[in-house]
Amino acid sequence: MDDKFDAIIVGAGPAGCTAAYLLAKEGLEVLLVERGNYAGSKNMTGGVLYGPVLSRVFPDFPLNIPLERPISRHVLTFLSASSAVSLDANAAGTEIHNGYSILRAKFDRWFAKQVEDAGGIVATGLLAEDLVMVDNRVTGIVAGGDEMGAEVVIAADGVNSLMAQKAGLGVRLAPHNVNQGVKEVIKLPPEVIEDRFNVAPGEGAAVHYLGIGTEGVHGGGFLYTNKESISVGVVVQLKALMEHNLRAIDLLESFKGHPAVKPLIKSGTTVEYSAHLVPAGGRDMMPRLCTDGMLVAGDAGAMVLATGRALEGINYAMASGMAAAETVKQARQKGDYSRQSLVQYEAMLADSFVFKDLENFRSAAGFLDNPRLYRAYPDLVCGLANKIFEVDGQPKKKVWQVVRGELKGRVSLWQLIKDGLAARKSV
Amino acid sequence: MNMEERLALNKYDVDNQAHIRLEDGKCRECSHKACLIICPAECFKLREGTVSFAYEGCLECGSCRVVCNEGGLDWSYPRSGFGVSYEYG
Repeated sequence: MDDKFDAIIVGAGPAGCTAAYLLAKEGLEVLLVERGNYAGSKNMTGGVLYGPVLSRVFPDFPLNIPLERPISRHVLTFLSASSAVSLDANAAGTEIHNGYSILRAKFDRWFAKQVEDAGGIVATGLLAEDLVMVDNRVTGIVAGGDEMGAEVVIAADGVNSLMAQKAGLGVRLAPHNVNQGVKEVIKLPPEVIEDRFNVAPGEGAAVHYLGIGTEGVHGGGFLYTNKESISVGVVVQLKALMEHNLRAIDLLESFKGHPAVKPLIKSGTTVEYSAHLVPAGGRDMMPRLCTDGMLVAGDAGAMVLATGRALEGINYAMASGMAAAETVKQARQKGDYSRQSLVQYEAMLADSFVFKDLENFRSAAGFLDNPRLYRAYPDLVCGLANKIFEVDGQPKKKVWQVVRGELKGRVSLWQLIKDGLAARKSV
Repeated sequence: MNMEERLALNKYDVDNQAHIRLEDGKCRECSHKACLIICPAECFKLREGTVSFAYEGCLECGSCRVVCNEGGLDWSYPRSGFGVSYEYG
């Protein structure tokens, strides 16, 4: 194979596109392979994209990028079966949170186009079926029945990465460390969205829900405003679905029907239903990220941060794509694509916010497995708020008495202290 | 909206062959059959004591692959160009 590429990148998501774009810009012969008929066609996100990494790749960010709305309102809502209490951070008129709602079919497609414009070859509708390996060294891929050779392969083929798995670098997916997200995109006119979410024209809101309302399962809900639609979904740990014998779709339906959610999506038209997995086990499920002739980036390497506040993956994916590109660039200068040379990728990630965050929040996964987070605490917060705002003609109690009354039967004082300490340590 | 109507919202290029295959004997003996509830597209159905899989509506998420620990599942992506295509995502 003398017509081989400098790099073949498998998967045109944020990790793969970042790596391919940066390498193509350096003048390398780059092939980006995407199994979907267009980049983004197999992807979905909650999702909010935050600026710090993308603005390093595209200095004119957020200009000329198909973003939906800048998020000026971040809301965290505790949801009990019948009520809701929210923490509402409203930064109207500013872009202080640096987050934008996105739709992946548009965003990824745009990103892949940038790779093409930078001189990379983008092959869509092409499934990478296998790796080519010579003496345990990755030397290319098999796609569409053809062998394609490269100095290095970057596996950025997502949470189910078959490429990484074939090289023995696969993420150890298990029901306890994988969450399932299901989402509907619901069409609504822009003015209706802006009125309902109390945002200025063109601005948007991100609402995260702790507890999905009816069941105390490990998971949460979300609402994100797009330009002309709302993304509404739930994200639930696979193990929790199995243990409670629940379907995510039933949780999504009950979430959509919750009295605090229903008015926000009323009279909208559902135009798409999607599902995706999120690797949520962080460092504990992360495989080695390089071998001879290959690097693993993004979800394929479990680079997602789960803090309970959100599941953040796109930034980590793009940061790993940047580190992969830099590693390949230097390997090329050395003319050495062996594991010893490529291992610099892991060092680079260790030195960046990617591993630092994942390391710092390593115990979060265990903390987030606490069932009280999804039922007792949302119920407690909602119960407290209802009691505090209630005027029932009886002599009023002081706040602490109300707290004591609401804790009763839900959470013991000892559990509260224990969970508080765990929260301080983990999230 | 039932699942069929829900999936009909999406765009699919349906292949003439399944990308996921089940091994009848293993599925029949599987004690949990978690694929039945875990699949967000309800592609798995219980039929006469074993599990059947309808690949056409698959969302390619991989949930079945993660919960199947009986080795009854031969999991792969659809062939090049086939399967679901999200227009929003």
